[in-house]
Amino acid sequence: MGEWFAENGLLLGLAGLDGLSYAALVFMVAVGLNLVFGVLRIVNVAHGSLFAIGAYTAASIGLFFTSRGLPPAAGYAALLLGAALVGGVLGPLIERVVLRRVYGYEDVLQLLVTFALFMILEDVQKLVWGVQPVFQDSPMKALGTVEVPFGDDTIPFTAYQLFVLPGVAVATLVGLAWFLRRTLTGRVIVAVTTDKEAAMAMGIDATRVTLLTFTFGAALAALGGALASPTTSLVPGIGASTIVLSFAVVATAGLGQIEGAALTSLLIGLGRSAAVYFAPELEVVVPYLIMVAVLLVRPQGLFGVVEARRV
Amino acid sequence: MSRRAEALLALLGVAALVFAAWAAPWLRFVLTVALAKGLAVLGILLLLRAGQVSFGHAMFLALGAYTVAFAAPGVPEALVLLPAAALLAGVAGLLIGLFVVRYRDIFFGMLNLALSMVFYSVLEKFYAVTKGTDGIRVPPLSVAGIEPARETQEWVMFGLALGLALFCAVGVRAYLASPMGQALAGIKTRETRLEFLGVPARRVMLFAYVLSAMMGGAGGALIAMTSRHVTPQLAYWTSSGELIFIGILGGAGSALGPFLGAIAFELVRVYAGAAVADAWQMILGGVLLAVILFAPGGLIGILSRQKRKQA
Repeated sequence: MGEWFAENGLLLGLAGLDGLSYAALVFMVAVGLNLVFGVLRIVNVAHGSLFAIGAYTAASIGLFFTSRGLPPAAGYAALLLGAALVGGVLGPLIERVVLRRVYGYEDVLQLLVTFALFMILEDVQKLVWGVQPVFQDSPMKALGTVEVPFGDDTIPFTAYQLFVLPGVAVATLVGLAWFLRRTLTGRVIVAVTTDKEAAMAMGIDATRVTLLTFTFGAALAALGGALASPTTSLVPGIGASTIVLSFAVVATAGLGQIEGAALTSLLIGLGRSAAVYFAPELEVVVPYLIMVAVLLVRPQGLFGVVEARRV
Repeated sequence: MSRRAEALLALLGVAALVFAAWAAPWLRFVLTVALAKGLAVLGILLLLRAGQVSFGHAMFLALGAYTVAFAAPGVPEALVLLPAAALLAGVAGLLIGLFVVRYRDIFFGMLNLALSMVFYSVLEKFYAVTKGTDGIRVPPLSVAGIEPARETQEWVMFGLALGLALFCAVGVRAYLASPMGQALAGIKTRETRLEFLGVPARRVMLFAYVLSAMMGGAGGALIAMTSRHVTPQLAYWTSSGELIFIGILGGAGSALGPFLGAIAFELVRVYAGAAVADAWQMILGGVLLAVILFAPGGLIGILSRQKRKQA
């Protein structure tokens, strides 16, 4: 064991750091998916497309800023702008124009409507940005790298992935918990999630809450994409791979718990990056193996609440 | 739809298909693949009866296809490979089914998704065995000991697919009318009451699940024999989404729906792909949205409504 550690310790440290920044991104997407499911009761397959389009938009704005000779710090404004734009425009558009028409429908049909949206948005993304990789990393470069002390050695790691990504994720978690529990709007959202009919009987405008929640969830997905954009080159298919992973997170965590989603993101993020370094061929499999293992023991998910069976 | 109308529609459909395959030779390939997919969708239809959406059924399709690809060099006989693929998929369906039929709704869907993604990445990552994303070429096969010429081979595959499609459609119709099949609908409306009646809901589900896996395997085997090339993409989650798409497009109300849907799907795909190479997904997505919003009964629903108006 000691010998193995001496040989692979650094790798383990790197996997931990990588896993942390990866978990932060996964959390941003999964928490939005969870929130939207809570209120709309729809598993939004198109959530991954919002992630992808958020990433592309942020990268495009960033490239535009750089071409105008703005300082790299403007790249951060680009990230936020991209996320706000995508969430604020696509979110209400999708909810108002499409989803609203199918609320009374069977679950299967609702799921398929979002699958149709996913197919459409996937091509929109290809038509707008093409199939060539898009790369814009000025926000990450601007912060440089940090030497992380690890035992006797140090691991060089980008400050962006070390501080910005986990920082935003923690801020989102804390902010969201505060928003949902301490503000009126947040409590209204929780009320609709728990019991829509009772909430409506109390005079809550469920239509407004639905629109608000969906827009908010869309913005979180787009922000996740925007934050991810400096760390990787953007190619078609990132939306599809992101959404299946967040499905795994949401199902493993169980529905409705944002802290649970955070812990599960961490678990799955660390598991995946450990696989990347130690068993690369298992990289894609690990999140699902974790999910299957968890659901074997706890069918309602790690943090889910058992619902009473209806007679 | 009445029994006579359905039989009439099936006969008309077979005649139209044979005519199309004869009149436009290039359509033979498209139609054979469509019938094979329809077979897999027919399996999904059984689960839809119980209100459950498997978002990972493409794994059985891929399993059937890879069975053919792996076994073909040793046993180049279509009439052996086809049942073998279906049987293997059935065994896999039994093992996986024992686990997943304990779950409902989103957990059922996501577990299937997770397992199919595990299978996908096994196919993709273990290059030494599966040749990864390059896929495997399937050698020419003999049928009943005779190795036919190219054109005869196409006709034989088409006939095989058509015959199997008819056989399974009749079988599924009888199964759905039997008490076992009726119990599936009971799972959808109120499972608890079904159990109060002494019907073991999980066993009912398991039976349907194994049947659907076998049909998926047979469909996959036919696809491998027709396209003569298999890739991991067959098992990706978007392929599973496609299968559900076809089910809804055709209509879940009749055993003919899946085939009607699959043929419409493949034709739209071929024509849209030829007309606008970058936007065929968008067109398919648009078609799906239109069907759900304006004709939730699917194509078969439109047809039977027409029939009722005339009567």
